[in-house]
Amino acid sequence: MKAHRISAMFLRHIYLYRHSLTRLIEIVYWPLLDLLVWGFVSLYIARLSDEGASAPKFLAIFLGALILWDILFRSQQGISVSFLEEVWARNFLNLFVSPLTINEYLISLMLVSLFKVVVAFLISALLAWVLYSFNLFIIGLYIIPFMVNLIMMGWTIGILTTGFILRFGQQAEVLAWGIAFLFQPVSAVFYPVSVLPGFLQTLAQFIPAAYVFEGMRSIIFNQIFPVDHLIKAFSLNLIYLTLVLFFFFRMFKKVREKGLLAKIGE
Amino acid sequence: MQSSELPLLYVKDISKSFNSFQAVKKVSFELYPGEILGLLGPNGAGKTTIIHMLLGLTSPTSGEIRIFDLNPEKAKDREKILNRMNFSSTYVAMPYSLTLRESLMVFARLYGVKNSRAKIDYLIDQFELKEAADRPVRTLSSGQMTRLNLAKAFINDPEILLLDEPTASLDPDIADRTRRSLIEAKLSKKMAILYTSHNMQEMEQISDRLLFLQNGEIIARGSPGELVAKFRGESLEDVFLKVAREARK
Repeated sequence: MKAHRISAMFLRHIYLYRHSLTRLIEIVYWPLLDLLVWGFVSLYIARLSDEGASAPKFLAIFLGALILWDILFRSQQGISVSFLEEVWARNFLNLFVSPLTINEYLISLMLVSLFKVVVAFLISALLAWVLYSFNLFIIGLYIIPFMVNLIMMGWTIGILTTGFILRFGQQAEVLAWGIAFLFQPVSAVFYPVSVLPGFLQTLAQFIPAAYVFEGMRSIIFNQIFPVDHLIKAFSLNLIYLTLVLFFFFRMFKKVREKGLLAKIGE
Repeated sequence: MQSSELPLLYVKDISKSFNSFQAVKKVSFELYPGEILGLLGPNGAGKTTIIHMLLGLTSPTSGEIRIFDLNPEKAKDREKILNRMNFSSTYVAMPYSLTLRESLMVFARLYGVKNSRAKIDYLIDQFELKEAADRPVRTLSSGQMTRLNLAKAFINDPEILLLDEPTASLDPDIADRTRRSLIEAKLSKKMAILYTSHNMQEMEQISDRLLFLQNGEIIARGSPGELVAKFRGESLEDVFLKVAREARK
């Protein structure tokens, strides 16, 4: 494992953002739109319920959920879209005839993903504070283990998607854009797990993000930090990440055997 | 030359099958320091598959490959091999949103090149890319793109260079200068070069030895002169046409 090769791939994505106004705008555009829509929706619901007395809690639930969901989404995109950038540029072959190993490549994608998450998170938190005087850090330092778990789940989905794109080519590209949303209904992002029908509640027990969002609401409503939720989320994430890495390396091996590595992007 | 030095690249009876299709059949050859070996053959003859196996992009179904006396199938060896080797193909692009200089910087880091800025300046100069150096790769002409790929291939001063039709989209003047650069690298740095091209005149001019592939097999080998004599042709192009048409019958 060589740091200079990982930093080379990280640098490649920094250069990309330096030259792409659309990619830079995209970091701000979606969080801003989401915050505007959901911020006003929460204010309206609060007004309907009890003359606005619980407006701060509605804001905390919706905006907190929105910003945390964005962490999961961006960490997934940070892996799969960064991988797709190489496919679109038809540069994949040049990378894999260099000494870059698949492990180093994957770590570089994780670092790119982390960088994008941190930038987008800081922008979202700042916008929420400027637009609604909402301070995300009311959750306190608990935000850190929450973020870690969401990033882990985002990476798991991102690596899974990348494995499929490796094996099945650009026809699997659609997964990079939509697959995270498949998990949203059972992640209990904006509502508690208890509102889900029975079978979906069972399913939610296997979704790490569901524990994070339940935990966030527990802190906001009861000021209780549910350690057991975090342990469950972390354990599930570890299992899924291990399985998905196994799947990814297997796909890479298969693709190499079939001689498809040179054909990615064609 | 061959007898006094050990080969940098040694290939013994490699075959490659994709399901029931056999793309390469029991191919053997060596590549020595300071030698240009041409791989010749019509489309689908197996040239690219051989290059991909040497680069570790795919594994041979059977047979043995040794590069720098290391086994490219082992991950640790593969890393060592690829540090001392490079590749360029007209058909592979570079990151299109980056500038030419930035692209080379990324590859300089990937190969751990020391004094990378000076090295990049030197390559930009050598491949006459000064005017395009700070332009995004997507704005380059096909000739500039080919030269950028070649500059990338020289970034780590490779001991073995694999080139897949490196002059395909170059004008005659630049193509000639590129060939001179390759001959110069071969002579001054004892670089070993494996070369494919459909330009027979070029193959005749640049190659020390040629391997003639047909349907995945080596059907002839020797210097350009030897092949012309063996097949009683007037030129290498003449030989190529004869052999390729014979095989299609």
